[in-house]
Amino acid sequence: MSEMITVNLKIWRQEGPDTKGVFEKYTQKVTTEASFLEMIDLLNEELNNQGLEPISIESDCREGICGTCGVMINGQAHGPRKATTTCQLHMREFSDGDEIVIEPFRAGSFPVIRDLVVDRSPFDQIIESGGYISVNTGAASDANLTPVPKEAADQAFDAAACIGCGACVAACPNSAAQLFTSAKLAHMALLPQGQAERWKRTESMVGTMEEFFGSCTNHGECHEACPKEISLDFIAFMNRDYMKAKVKNRALSGQR
Amino acid sequence: MTQTTSERYRVRPIRERRREWPFPFNLYQTAVGRKWVMAVTGIGLLGFVLIHMIGNLHVYEGPAKMHEYAESLRNLGSGIMPRSLILWLLRLGLMVMFALHLHSAITLKEMSRKSSLNATFQGGEKKYEGGREYIAANYASRTMRWTGPIIALFLFYHLADLTWGWWLGDDFVAGDPYHNLYSSLSRIPVAIFYVIANMALAWHIFHGAWSMFQSLGINNPKYNHLRKGFAASFAGLILLGNLSFPIMTQANLIDEDERLCQVDDLEGTDEILACLTKQLEDH
Repeated sequence: MSEMITVNLKIWRQEGPDTKGVFEKYTQKVTTEASFLEMIDLLNEELNNQGLEPISIESDCREGICGTCGVMINGQAHGPRKATTTCQLHMREFSDGDEIVIEPFRAGSFPVIRDLVVDRSPFDQIIESGGYISVNTGAASDANLTPVPKEAADQAFDAAACIGCGACVAACPNSAAQLFTSAKLAHMALLPQGQAERWKRTESMVGTMEEFFGSCTNHGECHEACPKEISLDFIAFMNRDYMKAKVKNRALSGQR
Repeated sequence: MTQTTSERYRVRPIRERRREWPFPFNLYQTAVGRKWVMAVTGIGLLGFVLIHMIGNLHVYEGPAKMHEYAESLRNLGSGIMPRSLILWLLRLGLMVMFALHLHSAITLKEMSRKSSLNATFQGGEKKYEGGREYIAANYASRTMRWTGPIIALFLFYHLADLTWGWWLGDDFVAGDPYHNLYSSLSRIPVAIFYVIANMALAWHIFHGAWSMFQSLGINNPKYNHLRKGFAASFAGLILLGNLSFPIMTQANLIDEDERLCQVDDLEGTDEILACLTKQLEDH
């Protein structure tokens, strides 16, 4: 079923964080069975053969779980296919002669390192400020020692599906990181293991988020862009927890 | 990721964290808290818009009943407190809510603008060369920052027009809202302006009345599907009620032809109001 197509690429080239970037045009012949990154690999091989600088693009697992490969494809984070990362996107989504504009994720706190690679370390800083739980060391406890309701486990798992690719920030007209932060908070706040640091964690992670990112206006673009379809419900959950954390005095935290 | 960039290129915060203010005020320092303030004041303003619309429906009962309604607002709680005190407290509350709503909107917009500085901007929106097709964001959510100022301008015009009587001149009779409303809305440009402004208001409510649930963290999958329906029906209700006034005036269904207390026949505000009160008593 494979067929060869020729696509016209318009790709953002930028030598380094301090230089100005420009769009450059390329033409690439590729089979529809190739993945989007394989198409760029082919192009890079050719550029290399011609003695030109290949295009820098991040990729790691190429199976949609590491979150490094995100780029804007025709103005959509991770391209036109829903719930799909750039590496899992295939050229069959495009037809012969299509123009494809490829540019890096854009946000104030996502500076371009080179070409399509952006620095997403503010996400790391959000995680660093509270994304952990405390457990006792020693032998691992029995698997089902801590009862977790099925619904809570499912929800926590849905939140934990976030791969931290940054598509939510890139797609957001406000460059807000609410979807990422709320997913990272929810997968711990929903489980018993995450309760000890719950309120402190919410306060500090939201605090760090607000140092780097914009303010949510509930457009819902992040959810549409998210390759893991993280729900907007988590944003509401975060807002609720944040207010609870700020308003209550937990000196007697056994109190309900 | 952190290792790939040297310390020189470390991403630095766009906003430095300030020293925290004492308790209730520290909520307003954060964007999430500010969205709460926006939502809570939004609920207050929604309440006002609804009551204002319902109250104004008295206009369909004629000048005397409209006068009675206006008086009843001034007399709220007058058995216990000085006349108009409650009304002024309500007005003060509205002013505070409006100011907070505006201030939080402006500052949060500024925060978002700062957070997108590396991105390309066009017409105030973050732009991608490949074109940005919005999927979830609707026209209402993206125009909140335009419908907002339109409503603010309208509010000022509306107060100057019907509360302070700046433009009606001799036609303005303090305490006879039916007459003022008729005199104002019977002019076609004013009627058109009212229609446009109320459409902007409904548009604003359509996104706001849904968005507030998210901002307040009122979210339960069991009821979530009702939130957008609530916002749409609330906006529709307000639109229907508020648009009826300019349209009915233009259609001559609100007019002064059969009015018992004709403004032109009577001398001075006191006489008009006395006539309206007498008409109520006779009824």
